[in-house]
Amino acid sequence: MSNQIKNILLVGVGGQGILLASEILSEAAMLAGFDVKKSEIHGMSQRGGSVVSHVRYGTEVFSPIVPEGEGDVLFGFELMETVRSLPLLKPGGTVVANDLQISPPSVLMGQETYPAALPERIKERFADCLLVDCQKIATDAGNVRAANTVLLGAVSKRLDIAEEFWLKALEKMVPVKALEVNKRAFQMGREL
Amino acid sequence: MKEILSGNEAIARGAYEAGCLVACAYPGTPSTEILENALKYKEINSSWAPNEKVALEVAIGASFGGGRALCTMKHVGVNVAADPLFTLSYTGVRGGLVLVAADDPEMHSSQNEQDSRNYARFAKVPMLEPADSQECKEFTRLAFELSEQYDTPFMLRSSTRISHGKSVVELGERVTDLPLPKLEKNPAKLVMLPGNAKVRHPLVEQMLVDLSKAAATMPFNRMELRDTSIGIITAGICYQYVREVLPNASTLKLGMVHPLPHDLIREFAASVDVLYVIEELDPFIEDQVKAMGITAVGKEIVSLCGELTPGRLRSAFGLPQPAAIAADKMPGRPPNMCPGCPHRGVFFSLNQLKAYVTGDIGCYTLGFMPPLSAMDTCVCMGASIGMATGVTKVVSDEEKKKVVAVIGDSTFLHTGMNGLMDMVYNNSPATVIILDNSITAMTGRQDNPATGFTLMNEPTNAVNIPLLCKALGVKNTRIINPLDLEETKRVIAEEMARPEPSVIITNKPCVLIKRDDVFQKGPAYAVEDDACSGCRACLKIGCPAIEWRPAADGSKKGKAYIDKLLCTGCDVCRQLCKFDAIGSDK
Ligand SMILES: Cc1ncc(C[n+]2csc(CCOP(=O)(O)OP(=O)(O)O)c2C)c(N)n1
Repeated sequence: MSNQIKNILLVGVGGQGILLASEILSEAAMLAGFDVKKSEIHGMSQRGGSVVSHVRYGTEVFSPIVPEGEGDVLFGFELMETVRSLPLLKPGGTVVANDLQISPPSVLMGQETYPAALPERIKERFADCLLVDCQKIATDAGNVRAANTVLLGAVSKRLDIAEEFWLKALEKMVPVKALEVNKRAFQMGREL
Repeated sequence: MKEILSGNEAIARGAYEAGCLVACAYPGTPSTEILENALKYKEINSSWAPNEKVALEVAIGASFGGGRALCTMKHVGVNVAADPLFTLSYTGVRGGLVLVAADDPEMHSSQNEQDSRNYARFAKVPMLEPADSQECKEFTRLAFELSEQYDTPFMLRSSTRISHGKSVVELGERVTDLPLPKLEKNPAKLVMLPGNAKVRHPLVEQMLVDLSKAAATMPFNRMELRDTSIGIITAGICYQYVREVLPNASTLKLGMVHPLPHDLIREFAASVDVLYVIEELDPFIEDQVKAMGITAVGKEIVSLCGELTPGRLRSAFGLPQPAAIAADKMPGRPPNMCPGCPHRGVFFSLNQLKAYVTGDIGCYTLGFMPPLSAMDTCVCMGASIGMATGVTKVVSDEEKKKVVAVIGDSTFLHTGMNGLMDMVYNNSPATVIILDNSITAMTGRQDNPATGFTLMNEPTNAVNIPLLCKALGVKNTRIINPLDLEETKRVIAEEMARPEPSVIITNKPCVLIKRDDVFQKGPAYAVEDDACSGCRACLKIGCPAIEWRPAADGSKKGKAYIDKLLCTGCDVCRQLCKFDAIGSDK
């Protein structure tokens, strides 16, 4: 039905900068000439809760949310949230995720333990899977805060949007003083 | 020019292009960003009101003065603004007036999922419902024009997926040929006493009939004939899901959901074999279609509860779901108060004092969550104080002492102060804690009448909350530092024991406030490993900066650890440590 549409899910923890990343992705898709829609929930989820942002682009997009089980790319900012959202992906979909753990309240309080072997659980089900230590790469690029941009770079290689549009989107959305570091982080992500 | 805009940004843009002069609101998810974006347009005077009723009254005044006015609120805000709304439909307008009600099916950030379309019908106000950001802009602009043309306020219904969804919008220019606002007396129209209202009411009924007829040919109500074996009447976000899941079905897409275009509905029903009505929440369109004597399927297949999604719509029509892997069971990740949040110590103390806490709505509602677990009721904004008074009217004298209302600064000024007036007037012995963090935090840090700044960031008078309480007749008003646990617990206990009304006001700001002089992060704290006994006392405040780390050998013993990046140095955890293991990390 909607096979010309690309369905991307960005998942993580409130406060991680997911909304900005999905904004850059949407902007790049629009500059590349696609129709774009995006949806996410603000409000309660910002206080450290789970966040899921949906981005869809193609010739004509109707629903702003990715139909359940039709995700093409899952763009994970945190491991547990990445695994939680795997059911949104279609079989054979792509996972690009930051190899980062953020403990939820029950784990912080020692009532539960952070689930083990999450990278294996992902790889077992999705062969096309890239797990990256974005914090480390971003630090190499010049600022740990550009971790999301590393991931964006890695995702960009897997989408049919030319590099020039990504760079234009970065220029528009990233503050000037952080632009150079972010461009470097983006390139390092593309090389993964 | 094209831009990707959220529905909320597009509504603000539409108001700008329509020549709107005044925008007024009280924040509420998912409507808040409309005003925050209206602010970008210098031609619009944008302001926060203390509550939705006042916001609508300000918009009404602007309209009566001859200017176009926008008023926005979340769905439950319309309950607060309902009183002026129901008579505004009788007076009609001078300058166009548009009221945006943003619904929240699925209750992503709300306490109920009421369907605002019922208000349009109940209050006799026409309502448009956009299906994407482009329509948000167009419909807002159109609503202003139709408002003046039909002499009625217009409602615009949004929902979370529309307001917070983003899509591509073609921008336009602002109209410049509107007449300048100027006082004009017209008491027969604007003074709603029985004699005048009796004349106005039939005009309202006639307007709705005229509009329903005209709506049949207005472009926002659109019949799209494809395969005619299935025909679907739908509106707003549901239209997108219908097109996604049933791309070949014929659709009647309604841009105006009140009044309905009866002629067009009959024509569409006659053009298709089986008729469905697909809408979230109430059978608003469906009931009216059925009342026209037309057979249709609606709530038989789509739930009255929650939002629609493409997957849910597929199920409704018995279509196969795509194969997907099963969900893994993972620990939940509920929202939490921020590290350093001044609300935390108050709830910790209330828990220790075993208080019966009538709660209210704001970030502090999270005081309900474990491990703080110190909120027993929460109904609507401002309700905490009235509920506390009510509880004390029925329980024993001993139990009366346990009753404490908690309420935020913004919520107190919204509708809580009326409750306090009553508490004093009727001499209820309950205790009220006003959690004054100097901001409306829950909805994203908006200013309010006690913060000293307007929405346009101009310095202004700040309500003096202690003096206000005094003026309402509270004799016992005490101010506490909520980051001092000993003081907090002691003062709350003293006031709970007092057999007359009392108010405690906390005085520490929200950690998210951006103004430099309001909140400043202190040096981060650290746990001294050797001193930590692993007693877990510091975990009882549920601070996201404190983590329990099990011992490396896997034994039960473990230690607490503080994340330096998250810690604000609020000092609360240090006060809980009996072993002096926590201190500033210098
Ligand atoms: C009638 C109504 N309007 C708006 C809202 C949205 N809302 C929820 S809490 C809140 C304000 C909370 O501010 P405050 O009382 O200062 O508490 P804080 O979040 O700062 O702790 C608002 C505006 C609502 N739930 N109901």
